[in-house]
Amino acid sequence: MKYMLLIHQGTAPTPRTPEEWERLSEDERQAVYADYKAISSTPGVTPGLELESPETATTVRVEDGRTLTTDGPFVATKEALGGWLVFEADDLDAAIELAAHVPAARMGGAVEVRPIVEW
Amino acid sequence: MVAALEQVFRDEWGRVLANLIGLLGDFDLAEEAAQEAFAVAAERWPRDGTPESPRAWLVTTARNRAIDRIRRDRTLAAKARLLDVPESLEDHVDETTIPDERLELVFTCCHPALPLDAQVALTLRTLGGLRTEEIARAFLVPEGTMAKRLVRAKHKIEAAGIPFRVPPAHLLPDRLAAVLAVVYLIFNEGYGGRGDLAGEAIRLGRALAELMPDQPEVDGLLALMLVNDARRDARFADGEVVLLRQQDRSLWDLEQIAEGRAALDRALAVGRRGPYVLQAEIAAMHLDEAEDWPRIAALYGELARLTGSSVVELNRAAAIAEAGDVEAALAIVERLELDRYHYLHATRAELLRRLDRMEDARAAYDRALALVHSDPERRFLERRRADLEG
Repeated sequence: MKYMLLIHQGTAPTPRTPEEWERLSEDERQAVYADYKAISSTPGVTPGLELESPETATTVRVEDGRTLTTDGPFVATKEALGGWLVFEADDLDAAIELAAHVPAARMGGAVEVRPIVEW
Repeated sequence: MVAALEQVFRDEWGRVLANLIGLLGDFDLAEEAAQEAFAVAAERWPRDGTPESPRAWLVTTARNRAIDRIRRDRTLAAKARLLDVPESLEDHVDETTIPDERLELVFTCCHPALPLDAQVALTLRTLGGLRTEEIARAFLVPEGTMAKRLVRAKHKIEAAGIPFRVPPAHLLPDRLAAVLAVVYLIFNEGYGGRGDLAGEAIRLGRALAELMPDQPEVDGLLALMLVNDARRDARFADGEVVLLRQQDRSLWDLEQIAEGRAALDRALAVGRRGPYVLQAEIAAMHLDEAEDWPRIAALYGELARLTGSSVVELNRAAAIAEAGDVEAALAIVERLELDRYHYLHATRAELLRRLDRMEDARAAYDRALALVHSDPERRFLERRRADLEG
């Protein structure tokens, strides 16, 4: 089975939120880097691309043929997608275990595990 | 004959279905095949006699029906795990070669990725063999709602890849706790009056105890349910709550209590006590004519440490009062943040009464009465409050 792990940053600090990021100890910051590195090198993982912060998002809708743009993400900033990865695994338990190792999951964010439709 | 047949069906449904799901990897296909096999049995057995091994007969018949369907239906073949359909299956499967996969099934049904109400419904449907309409009635929801709940859960199991297996050791404690929580929830629904659900929970508990003999919490939960359920007929008289000490002991089911005590002994022999073992031990101690209140209070203390539950602390306070230290009990009760819980105020009222603080006791009964929902409990509190006047 293939799963997409959608990483919602929530209030978890990242290098793109320098104030909060600086508040972490050096060990905590190193642990975040090490954990993401370990995840990226887990067999079955295809890492996603890094996203800029949700504040830089532009949301596009089309109404009556007119393109409408609004500043910010579609959902609330706190709920916005921070990143993703694809994981090919035996079953949901394996995907849940990997998701639990994503630093955002323990630091105020959450990871949504979604099966990918396969044809 | 019909009753005997129904009993075989109830006993065998879970095992047959679990085996088919294990083989086919598809809940719906397995359920349909099992239903067909049971329908054929209902027609043939009364006429031709019950086969020597009903289980082997049911599994073989259901497997063959499922394989026929897969052969007829290409999309099913692609869906089902059974890609290489054997030409034919043996007509007589030896019962000893049919693996018992009920544990795999219960761990799938109680997977934490499913919502709790769906876990409960799916467990009752697949392992208990209850019909959708029966589950709907038991949980007071429309049949259509319950049917949708089951469909959605089965779809998620398939689409999200929830595994059909007993979890590996590092996941087992959490997952077992989820299974036991589902069984205990079913029991408590039944304890509130629907006895058929309590009986169903006990059946599930017995099956789990048989399948996981090395897990003390499984025996603990079984013991807890058996001991509490054994007093069911004595808990109410003419619709009124009867306190344990006033209960007519001749109404207790002694055989069931003995079975419960045996399960508890098995659990205690393993050594460490989890929450269910502790609750079972407390429930069993309450059966003694002269209750050992200091010991009961100590067990509640252990349970409170394990669970961090304020309700357990409240029970510990009540036990401490029974052991003789009413002041200490009141101090604990007044520390608890359970203002919306009528038992807190009812307990506080009883303690204040014993300390001869009648005005405060009256106010506490009033607060409890304002929060209580069940009529028998309301009448009980009103009687206790009226006693204060005398």
